[in-house]
Amino acid sequence: MELLIADQQEKHPSPMTDGECSYAHPGNPNNAMHNLRTDRRHFLIAASLTTGALLVGCASPARQQTRNGPLALGEGQIALNGWLKLGPGNAVTVVLARSEMGQGVHTGLMMLIAEELDLDLGQLTTEYAPIDKLYGNVAAMAEGLPFRPDDQGLLARSMRWVVHGAMRQMGIMMTGGSSSIKDLWTPMREAAAVTRATLVEAAARHWSVPAAQVNMQSGQLSAAGKTPMSLAQVLQLLGPSPAPAERYTLKSPEQWRLIGRWTPRHDSPAKTLGQAVYGMDTRTPDMLYAAVTLAPVRGGRVSKHDAKAAGTLPGVSGVVVFEPLHGGSGGVAVVADRYWQARKALASLQVEFEGGPLAQASSESLMASIRSAIEAPDDGFGFWNAGKPLDILATSARTLKAEYSAPWLAHATMEPMNCTVRFDRNKATVWVPTQVPGMAREAAAQALGLDSEQVEIHVTYLGGGFGRRLEVDVVAQAATIARQFPGRPVQLIWTREQDMQHDFYRPACLARFEAALDGQGRIEAWYARSAGQAITPGYLKRAVGLPGGGPDKTTSEGLFDTAYEFPTVRVAHATVDLPVPVGFWRAVGHSHQAFFKESFIDECAHASQSDPLAYRLALLQKHPRQAAVLRLAAEKAGWGTAAGTAEDGAPMARGLALHESFGSVVAQVAEVSVGPQQQIRVHRVICAIDCGLPVNPNTIAQQVESSVVYGLSAALHGQIGWKNGQVQASNFHDQPALRLHECPQIETHVIPSTAHPEGVGEPALPPVAPAVANALFKLTQKRLRALPLQLSA
Amino acid sequence: MNTTTLNINGKNHAVQSEPDTPLLWVLRQDLGLTGTKFGCGMALCGACTVHLNGQAIRSCSTPLQAAAGQSVTTIEGATDRTAQAVLQAWTETDVSQCGYCQPGQVMSAVALLRSNPRPDDKAIDSALSGNLCRCGSYPRIRKAVQLAARKLAG
Repeated sequence: MELLIADQQEKHPSPMTDGECSYAHPGNPNNAMHNLRTDRRHFLIAASLTTGALLVGCASPARQQTRNGPLALGEGQIALNGWLKLGPGNAVTVVLARSEMGQGVHTGLMMLIAEELDLDLGQLTTEYAPIDKLYGNVAAMAEGLPFRPDDQGLLARSMRWVVHGAMRQMGIMMTGGSSSIKDLWTPMREAAAVTRATLVEAAARHWSVPAAQVNMQSGQLSAAGKTPMSLAQVLQLLGPSPAPAERYTLKSPEQWRLIGRWTPRHDSPAKTLGQAVYGMDTRTPDMLYAAVTLAPVRGGRVSKHDAKAAGTLPGVSGVVVFEPLHGGSGGVAVVADRYWQARKALASLQVEFEGGPLAQASSESLMASIRSAIEAPDDGFGFWNAGKPLDILATSARTLKAEYSAPWLAHATMEPMNCTVRFDRNKATVWVPTQVPGMAREAAAQALGLDSEQVEIHVTYLGGGFGRRLEVDVVAQAATIARQFPGRPVQLIWTREQDMQHDFYRPACLARFEAALDGQGRIEAWYARSAGQAITPGYLKRAVGLPGGGPDKTTSEGLFDTAYEFPTVRVAHATVDLPVPVGFWRAVGHSHQAFFKESFIDECAHASQSDPLAYRLALLQKHPRQAAVLRLAAEKAGWGTAAGTAEDGAPMARGLALHESFGSVVAQVAEVSVGPQQQIRVHRVICAIDCGLPVNPNTIAQQVESSVVYGLSAALHGQIGWKNGQVQASNFHDQPALRLHECPQIETHVIPSTAHPEGVGEPALPPVAPAVANALFKLTQKRLRALPLQLSA
Repeated sequence: MNTTTLNINGKNHAVQSEPDTPLLWVLRQDLGLTGTKFGCGMALCGACTVHLNGQAIRSCSTPLQAAAGQSVTTIEGATDRTAQAVLQAWTETDVSQCGYCQPGQVMSAVALLRSNPRPDDKAIDSALSGNLCRCGSYPRIRKAVQLAARKLAG
């Protein structure tokens, strides 16, 4: 059986050519013209069987397709699709299917709707999407395949197609992987364009003029010689369940008023004034508060407890013991009228714990396991292979070898983990700051013995996510506790210490790099092997109960998919099974692999006495996009000129790094000096980014700043150590996060582009650690190969 | 149950929480003033910053009894000229990302500008280094404080 893939529109629907309403389906010449509304994002399998051709359409509807299906409509409201509602009084409500955790996604999604309807952001209201597979994230999942971006081979294309189709079917609502705008760019604009066309047609019919003569602007419809109508008036003409327009046209880029413009965030005022509601700000009548004691060994459980004394304390309603749930740790909850009563009562509990599989583990023993994997003859799964690099390395006159390491890392979102659950025996309500509302609903339903349809989820603002809120351990815990208090909402609040010590950590990693250089210092062979835990199999198991199989792309991402060209190459990763719970983190695999790769490239450049910029450009001759980003960052930073001195006269040096992730390319130059106590001081980071079409330059600059700070925090301070199965760090004194006085000036330069929008929330994180390390090498001649970067012993 | 009287945002309130309860939880729970945030519980992150008699303090580590009879200002009551300038500058600069730490940042910035109306970056860094932001709003915090100072200078 041969698979013919018809996924070009799906993979990269061109933003520039979407204005037409029809396109020809490849492989189906007899039925060439289809209405885009029903066929866009449909997938075809043209399976050539011996008995003849078979054409199978995907059962899942086009994402902007006509349906208010999942939406509940209020009095006088209509919806032509699942992405926006129209209501009385000119009300336009945008349905937000992604969580706002700081990345500005709500503003971005509102811009897409406002653009096509020619409204201002201020004319829109918003509501969260219900849980429905219409809102599933396709782009993020397709990103998870272990193929290089330029791999257009049959296997790669088939797998991409299968994953796209499967994800459309499964419809997992997920915010992460820098995917929201990339994923919803086409469906949301089309949803608004259909709505606009429907309104325009209704007005045209009413006025008996051609639709082309009707203008719609700022919620008013007008035509020459006619009395303008408001949106609400046209809504009256449409009636309660109108048919959407058959044809519609997306605005062309020249017509855009918002897309591509620096647009203020719609959530700024509420957040500044303290009015934005996060999970912990949930207030409902009769609420109880839960504080917990968790097993000190991560993943451990309660073996014995005596709650008599705690149970009699003022305000205490009860004590609940819970097992480790969804990858979490077991523990005991005290539930009380006031949070502080519950917190204080914990001290009166008599609890004994037993450790889980981590009980004896220390940083040394865990790292020793990773070390044996990096030293084993079998280097693991080869993600990228070309030629015979090992043969060349064995015989080359000039080779370079280096070993790098990165530790486990916590997320430390500013808002500690929390969840509020009200159990009413045959239904339940959950208020939770989550990146995965559907999974949160499943976890709550399971803990409460309900069907998922009996559980209503309210997604609040997230006080940071960074991948921690892709986990649902806390939801299961809160639901298990609340089940004992029917009719009373229970708000579970973790302490900072619990948040730090019961996380799902960025995996630690060891890597060995080898390169063979020719007489001119050019790389002839490149061999990179790494070892560490995989994330995806464990995540899938605890999140959806499915064991994950196959190579985990996150273990090697950033290494096997780099644009650098090497004549011969092997990039491999050996997965190490350890009991440490690991999870997704901001640019997870990229966050350390970029440090390794960009440091080692710098080592190669130094060994061949080449300028690090010129050396990289030589590896990018077939990759003008990447080269342009690198050149822009270098030019803006004054690469090649003297770096000058810091305020105290200490010399500064510049370091360079380039990395591609989530479809975007980022180059950074860091200006660094060393303080009198050997402190690493980063003065300025100059960034260039190509993220495809820049939808909102404001939030792009903001996410670059954000990624640099988060990445620098990890590069200078991030480290989770283990002793007797316990995380050693507890709070911000022993696991510091970057503070204002350590924050460099950050400059962002965005490459103009008309290509499909790509990821923005993470791609500026990976380059910062190597840019700083490379600058430090220039300054001190010390090559720091371990994270966090430390100059003093 | 003990009763403690506090002046919160210009109004007297009698609260029932025990005297050792951190002011943070009294504000958030007894008074429903959820703009003040819990971040660390150890005065390390500044998310819970409020003003006690005009001074920036960490409410997570200030027991209720220590604030008894005194005047507390939270983000909800930040309405004077300095606060207005800071709030406007913060919004105009789009400082917030996740926004969770921002009420605390604003309260620290207001306290700084009251004591030093024209701070340079060094003074800003020093005054606001106790307020963590994991989203990395720091570069815009510096800009917003400068902008607020210019607004106040007229």
